Amino acid sequence: MNNIIVYLEIEDGIVGDVSLELLTKGRTLSDQLKCKLEAVAAGCQLDKIGAQVFPFGVDTLYLADDKRLTPYTTLPHTSLLVNLFKEEKPQIVLMGATSIGRDLGPRVSSALFSGLTADCTSLEIGTYEDKKQGKVYENLLYQIRPAFGGNIVATIVNPDCRPQMATVREGVMKKEIRDEKFVGKTKKLDLSKYISDMDFVIEVIERHIEKSKVNLKAAPIIVSGGYGMGSAENFKMLYDLAAVLGGEVGASRAAVDSGMAEHERQIGQTGTTVRPKLYIACGISGQIQHIAGMQESAMIIAINNDPQAPINQIADYIITGTVEEVIPKMIQYYKKNSK
Amino acid sequence: MSFKIVVLAKQVPDTRNVGKDAMKADGTVNRAALPAIYNPEDLNALEQALRLKSKIEGATVHVLTMGPARAAEIIRESMYRGADGGYLLSGREFAGSDTLATSYALACAIRKMGKVDIIVCGRQAIDGDTAQVGPQVAEKLGLPQITYAEEILDLSGNVITIKRRLERGVEVVKGTLPLVVTVNGSAANCRPRHAKLTLKYKRAATPTEKQIAGSDYTDLYDARPYLNINEWGVSDIDHDIKWLGLSGSPTKVKQIESVVFTAKESKRLTASNEEMEDLMKELIANHTIG
Repeated sequence: MNNIIVYLEIEDGIVGDVSLELLTKGRTLSDQLKCKLEAVAAGCQLDKIGAQVFPFGVDTLYLADDKRLTPYTTLPHTSLLVNLFKEEKPQIVLMGATSIGRDLGPRVSSALFSGLTADCTSLEIGTYEDKKQGKVYENLLYQIRPAFGGNIVATIVNPDCRPQMATVREGVMKKEIRDEKFVGKTKKLDLSKYISDMDFVIEVIERHIEKSKVNLKAAPIIVSGGYGMGSAENFKMLYDLAAVLGGEVGASRAAVDSGMAEHERQIGQTGTTVRPKLYIACGISGQIQHIAGMQESAMIIAINNDPQAPINQIADYIITGTVEEVIPKMIQYYKKNSK
Repeated sequence: MSFKIVVLAKQVPDTRNVGKDAMKADGTVNRAALPAIYNPEDLNALEQALRLKSKIEGATVHVLTMGPARAAEIIRESMYRGADGGYLLSGREFAGSDTLATSYALACAIRKMGKVDIIVCGRQAIDGDTAQVGPQVAEKLGLPQITYAEEILDLSGNVITIKRRLERGVEVVKGTLPLVVTVNGSAANCRPRHAKLTLKYKRAATPTEKQIAGSDYTDLYDARPYLNINEWGVSDIDHDIKWLGLSGSPTKVKQIESVVFTAKESKRLTASNEEMEDLMKELIANHTIG
């Protein structure tokens, strides 16, 4: 009772990184709150899930094993969680801010009348004083998220309703194993108590999910392009530079929206959060939503023909010039000086 | 046969092009500096609704929006593009609503409309980016939902087939009406304003707008009832007041901070050969690259 529950996203029997990141965060929060960390897995052939999640410090793993739960559809997963949460009364529930978590989370929160905060970038425990009612709440979950296109950061709390629910994007939290040898308890759920046949009204008739080709999170060097790249032609130079340096290509939202790069390359609040060793921002002006997704890079080089571009504020090196001129020179002088 | 399509839409501040004057000196958002626009993904939703309408005889598209009096603008905008009319849900009782209280209010308004066959809305609004209202309205109405829709592929009888766009792929799903569909920004753009419709609906107005404009056109609205935009207040919907506004909102804002990035000490370089070569040498020397 009153524990933290993480909803696990599973594709082909593998627990998604976003869920493992949430378990890492959930473990820290549950230590602080002195409660248990629990996880729920819904799908079929779940016998290998435990081995994947227990090292992250999961005390209890709930298994909902049923062929009909894979692939994911909204209603049966909703019923499962709503009924499980009514029994277990978790104080906090965490889900990935993915197309699954963002479909499931609001539905569950509406059914339970509990507050949900989407796309949190930070989760902390703290107190909240309701001055109007003169009430002080201890140990609430601070759900911290950007709002208003990233121009403000809001701290949201759910004082009275449980569970306190939050979604977090992949790559925002760190993934860290707690104890390789730890093994928690497994509880198999009798699904007839949780899900009704009426829940299977939406049928998935076709599905093409590709493994992500781009791994921005793991790339030590990211060469990223913005709207200032001007054309898809120019954008190709970034692939050349990334190939030479051994990095990956990223993009700002503006570059993705204008069709110069695929969505999975997007860096920023509505894309991936990255922390590479080196981030080269090419033709990126530096809107707040982009900066929020890359400001923790160890070194930032900004290439821009506007000497006043906002990105310059957080850059270690500011190169004022056109990308057409600068990038070929970087490639040339790297090749010349490296062995 | 009637077929009623309801589009949920929101008027939002344009957060995508935030200029320097968008933030006040005290760090709060200067809403006045941001133009109010039709939430982009709601326009994608409107397009899917209009396409359905063109395929089904007797189908109507009505837009429902919750907001202040000026939000009627997006209902008119919808009518210029082919919607039949709309409903503005407005009143101070709705102020301070989080996504759950908003969804409750919208669901009450939809119930009041009688039989609705399909509800279509944008996946999320650009001022909050939560993507919660669509699924929560569906839950409040007890309807299934199909989120992240990119295209309505087929409707045969009451079986609808929809292509969904997910992070790493696509999915085609089948469901039975009535249900709620949330539409992705990757869906087809909304058709532009139609010149004839723009002329026809130019004077479409809510009762509040008519009042402000004066009584010059009273006869016009009697003669052309399609110019009347419905305006509903809290007393027009069946509701329990405790689920509306602040009291219906489980989430509370504890604190708001404006985002300030601390400037780093940075080196400024030109694109000259010497400086570029020095930079690359330096990066190799300190093992950042290579």
